Amino acid sequence: MWPDIDTILLVIVMLVKVGVVTIILLNLPIPLTWLERKVAGHIQQRPGPMRVGPHGILQPVADGIKLIFKEDIVPAKADKLLFMFAPVVSLVPALCVFVAIPVAESVTIPYINKELTFYVADFNVGILFILARGGMGIYGIILGGWASNSKYAMLGGLRSAAQMISYEVALSFSAIGVVMMSNSLSLVEIVESQAGNLFDWNIFYLPVGPIWFVIFLIAGMAEINRIPFDLSEDEGSLAAGFFVEYSAMKFSLFALAEYTAMVTIATLGTLMFLGGWNGPVDIGIPPIFWFIGKTFVLIYFFMVIRFTLPRYRYDQLMTIGWNVLIPISLVLVLVTGLMRIYL
Amino acid sequence: MIVEYILFIIFAVVAIVSAWCVVTLRNPVHCAVALIITLLQIAALFLLLRSPFLAVVQVFIYVGAVMVLFLFAVFLIDVKKAAMDMFKPKFRPLAYIVALILLVESLFVIFSGGIQELTRITEAGGEVKVEVIGRALFTTYIFPFEIVSVVLLAAMVGAIVMARDKKE
Repeated sequence: MWPDIDTILLVIVMLVKVGVVTIILLNLPIPLTWLERKVAGHIQQRPGPMRVGPHGILQPVADGIKLIFKEDIVPAKADKLLFMFAPVVSLVPALCVFVAIPVAESVTIPYINKELTFYVADFNVGILFILARGGMGIYGIILGGWASNSKYAMLGGLRSAAQMISYEVALSFSAIGVVMMSNSLSLVEIVESQAGNLFDWNIFYLPVGPIWFVIFLIAGMAEINRIPFDLSEDEGSLAAGFFVEYSAMKFSLFALAEYTAMVTIATLGTLMFLGGWNGPVDIGIPPIFWFIGKTFVLIYFFMVIRFTLPRYRYDQLMTIGWNVLIPISLVLVLVTGLMRIYL
Repeated sequence: MIVEYILFIIFAVVAIVSAWCVVTLRNPVHCAVALIITLLQIAALFLLLRSPFLAVVQVFIYVGAVMVLFLFAVFLIDVKKAAMDMFKPKFRPLAYIVALILLVESLFVIFSGGIQELTRITEAGGEVKVEVIGRALFTTYIFPFEIVSVVLLAAMVGAIVMARDKKE
């Protein structure tokens, strides 16, 4: 009745991978928060954090210690259960999506002749899985906003619910575009279809590729609630939006989820449009470094955008989503389809 | 196989318990959350049936979109009062009849052999491919598919009309 040695080995390897991915993801916000504050500082012509460690490099550690030792406040009339639950609901889907994200092509380990893959699981519907699972993070925001029993938090939650629904359509359309260009729903196959040189990448699938990429970036930024689309945490009119009542570790779980979501969108952009781990030129750099590099460039882009653009007004946000992105996407689906048939 | 069996038991039990919570909990928001949990368990059951596409679509559409709108509605309107206005106690026998019809229907589907079709595919060992579903949907089942889309469109127009009337 016991499974054979290969199955056990498979499970062990998978668990190790899950462990490694989790550790990396939970630690990623440490350099990312530092980088974000540095980017913010330099754009605003000030040095950013400088005091803790050289160039403020230990600032995230100090922030972390501060957050751990802060008092964890639950508002008196809050819905206790959902209030506790919401940050977790927000973080878990953000981490879950990385199950399906491949970071490099598989290698065969010498001597024991076993194949090592750089993903936890290759779904044949990987791209859909990531969009569906990532979209669930919204519940953390909505339920957190509702459970706080505060008008600001509630309004923040409602705003983001409407925003997510609107932009999820555009984001899914951009995924449909990629699926049509690459002819597969599996992320591994999507990346493989972009192998070769620079012009095999989906972003250079002229003339539709670059437009799909722009739609993806805009919708992606809206999905992860970042400026210019962070209407749910508009300090000016909503105090801090859905997490106004949250403090200490619960607050940091929301921040963690947000950073993880940003990394997800960056990796998705890399895999779907920028050729994944394929380099533009073959100069002997291992594929995984191409992948990390491209992801980092996208993350850096998101950060620069955050401190460059002002926030949209709510009606503008809805107009962009429904009257601009979705009609363009519909036309593009048609064009891409015709190109697939006749080219 | 034994692992799969245990997983099935877990998903099924959680699905039934949370479905029971949907109809018994007092707070409508808690009901909605319980419904989300139920839908997720059903998605997990689709995975056990080797149909990742259906599972993902279930999460995508029901959990990702429909339930968000549900919560939206629950937040914005006093659901309890609206429900009391719309479903008066005198309609209760009607509700029982509809529930009974639905029960008979689902029992019929289970025992008429429609399920056998499913197990035959899964017993073959392979996953249900997206291409197979797409082809079936747009050839064999094109008529029901179109009917469903027309019904959905009618529902959408109906919702807009109802919302309009109230405003004026």
